Amino acid sequence: MAHYKMLDGNCAAVEAIKMAKVKVVSAYPITPQSTIAEKLSEICENGELEAKYIRVESEHSAMSCAIGAQLTGVRTATATASVGLALMHEVVNVASGCRVPIVMPVVNRSLASPWSLWCDHQDSMAERDSGWLQLYCENVQDVYDTMIMAYRIAEDPRVLTPAMVCLDGFFLSHSMQKVMLPEQKEVDDFIGTYKVKNLHLDPSDPIVIDNLTGSNECTEMKYQQAIGFKNAEDVMEEVFNEFSQKFGRTKAMIEGYNLEEAEALIVCIGSMAGTAKYVSDILRDQGKKVGVLKIVSFRPFPYKKLREIIGNTKKLAVIDRTTGFGGQGAPLWLEVKSALKSDVLVKNYIAGLAGRDVNIETIKNVYTDILEGNDSDDPIWIDCGENVMNIREVLLND
Amino acid sequence: MIDIKKESRGYIAHGVSACAGCGMELILRTVLNALGQDTTLVIPPGCSALFCGFGKETGLKVSTFQGNLENSAAYAAGIRAGYEVQGNNHSTVVAFAGDGGTLDIGLQSLSGMMERGDDVLYICYDNEAYMNTGIQGSSATPLGAWTTTTPTGKPVYKKDLLGIAMAHGIPYCASASVANIKDMTKKVEKAKSIQGPKLLHIHCPCPTGWGSAPSKSIEVSKKAVQTGAWVLYECEDGNIKLNNPPKELKAVQEYTKLQKRFSGINEEQLVALQMGITKNFERLMRMQAE
Ligand SMILES: Cc1ncc(C[n+]2csc(CCOP(=O)(O)OP(=O)(O)O)c2C)c(N)n1
Ligand code: SF4
Ligand SMILES: [Mg+2]
Repeated sequence: MAHYKMLDGNCAAVEAIKMAKVKVVSAYPITPQSTIAEKLSEICENGELEAKYIRVESEHSAMSCAIGAQLTGVRTATATASVGLALMHEVVNVASGCRVPIVMPVVNRSLASPWSLWCDHQDSMAERDSGWLQLYCENVQDVYDTMIMAYRIAEDPRVLTPAMVCLDGFFLSHSMQKVMLPEQKEVDDFIGTYKVKNLHLDPSDPIVIDNLTGSNECTEMKYQQAIGFKNAEDVMEEVFNEFSQKFGRTKAMIEGYNLEEAEALIVCIGSMAGTAKYVSDILRDQGKKVGVLKIVSFRPFPYKKLREIIGNTKKLAVIDRTTGFGGQGAPLWLEVKSALKSDVLVKNYIAGLAGRDVNIETIKNVYTDILEGNDSDDPIWIDCGENVMNIREVLLND
Repeated sequence: MIDIKKESRGYIAHGVSACAGCGMELILRTVLNALGQDTTLVIPPGCSALFCGFGKETGLKVSTFQGNLENSAAYAAGIRAGYEVQGNNHSTVVAFAGDGGTLDIGLQSLSGMMERGDDVLYICYDNEAYMNTGIQGSSATPLGAWTTTTPTGKPVYKKDLLGIAMAHGIPYCASASVANIKDMTKKVEKAKSIQGPKLLHIHCPCPTGWGSAPSKSIEVSKKAVQTGAWVLYECEDGNIKLNNPPKELKAVQEYTKLQKRFSGINEEQLVALQMGITKNFERLMRMQAE
């Protein structure tokens, strides 16, 4: 029987990794991911998980070990955050290019500098073109569910693409919530045992993997990856449907809330979606027609579904938890803006950097601006303090 | 899966794209002859990647992964773990990396692998520079040698790889050279038979980077051994043994004069080079006696 357990986001991820019966684990600790590395090491040691734990000396090696092991035909696990993900960057691309469908929790944390231990999406957004699927979670149940579904999606032969399951550092990684866990047998039936489907290392069937490839073939191999992303949309639909039938919780690449006749919608990612929904309820009670779109799958980005789901809404407030320096907008805004016709106002709000809480006030300010403000093009740093240039002054205003 | 166009002896195709007189080719052929088919190779970028081939063609008949420059040891550790959890304890997992991929950018992952005790055979073929990118200096480039990034001769000594390996207390490490193929074969076989991390550091003549005659690669290597510029020894369970050491070291010039990379070496550098070599040899002899 399925049962409830109090878990934080990191433990929910570990629970999913355990139930996916990975065989090799290689992880390196970093706040706020550390308890994932610790817990995995513990359960490998006490036999709860029959797997070999490789106590690697860096995230670069963590991903390298995972790639090497999974190429021999076993499911593997690693997890990281922030500068750890940045250090992995080189080999993150090897995993996707070699079509090794690793599923990796990324516990979102700001990138140095300045040093910050706290949540934003700069780390995973910097990897958005690295050829990995990216799924973002709203709450702790969502972390568990998304992990389980990610194995199915990533390993599907039509997709064969690794997946990052992104959970907001501290907001999810360290917050305890009640989580419904299915029986092991149900998970076994849902994700199946791992079978290597393409490149493999086997001395009795030798092949050479990942040698130098000419410009005559690289484009085609990259195109195959692009097709993997295209296919992932259908596969996600199938997997989400099957999951909701079997486990009773629904999921979609993009989820709408309070959409009826909405005048304005906040488009956001991750844990702030909960606050946005709550505020939209309050504002609805006050007669304001506002709602929320939560982007679950950032890669692939469901741009067609976005067009459908907004209906006649003409105002979108996109909140990015990352900076998008020097661009016309930050990553989420760029996706939303380019998906829609120009008769929709799409404004960009930067908020929640380095753990700043995207609270009720911030969300209200965003709704007020999108409903009543002008249609300025520049991103609005909605929760930025006053006298900005006087804080830890870098350029002298002489 | 393999479409073999012309069967070659051993585990490497005939006609790979190594330069004439390349020591690395001889090393890998010797290594694979000793290890056999039940082997998985990890090869980083560098000259050794030429064995992996290009596009649909490869020069290797053993299962191989071409990795990145700094993580051969980590890939190998992962592959070993993958085999192990599937009950395969017989295949030999080998990292085959250059000096740059080992002593510089790859030192961290190698250290991790040795410290954890992973059952991996790590082989560093040492051509004493970054050859594949155009002969830039590495931490294995000897004092006084010219490279494109040490245009007036390298001002500092070569890094001591086996010293680093021994400091990790691994069960077996050894140096080898194409100057003595029998000795190299024996060491590969021994390494294969030992459980845990093993490291072989193999001197690799490189006519292109050293400015030596392609026909003289073996002679150059022999001179390295006779002058003590390269010392053949092994360390098993902490016990050091020199393999057939020269009774008396020849002057280092006998080695350097065969290579253009030393043609600009000044008197001071030459003295320093000789002193370093003599001290190192005496140190190893003392360690053997202990
Ligand atoms: C991260 C990274 N930095 C730089 C390179 C470029 N690069 C490729 S091969 C090489 C030199 C390798 O030297 P070594 O390991 O001694 O092998 P050799 O070419 O001498 O055989 C370098 C610097 C790379 N592939 N990856
Ligand atoms: S550059 Fe040196 S090591 Fe590289 S293939 Fe040529 S001879 Fe061999
Ligand atoms: Mg080299």
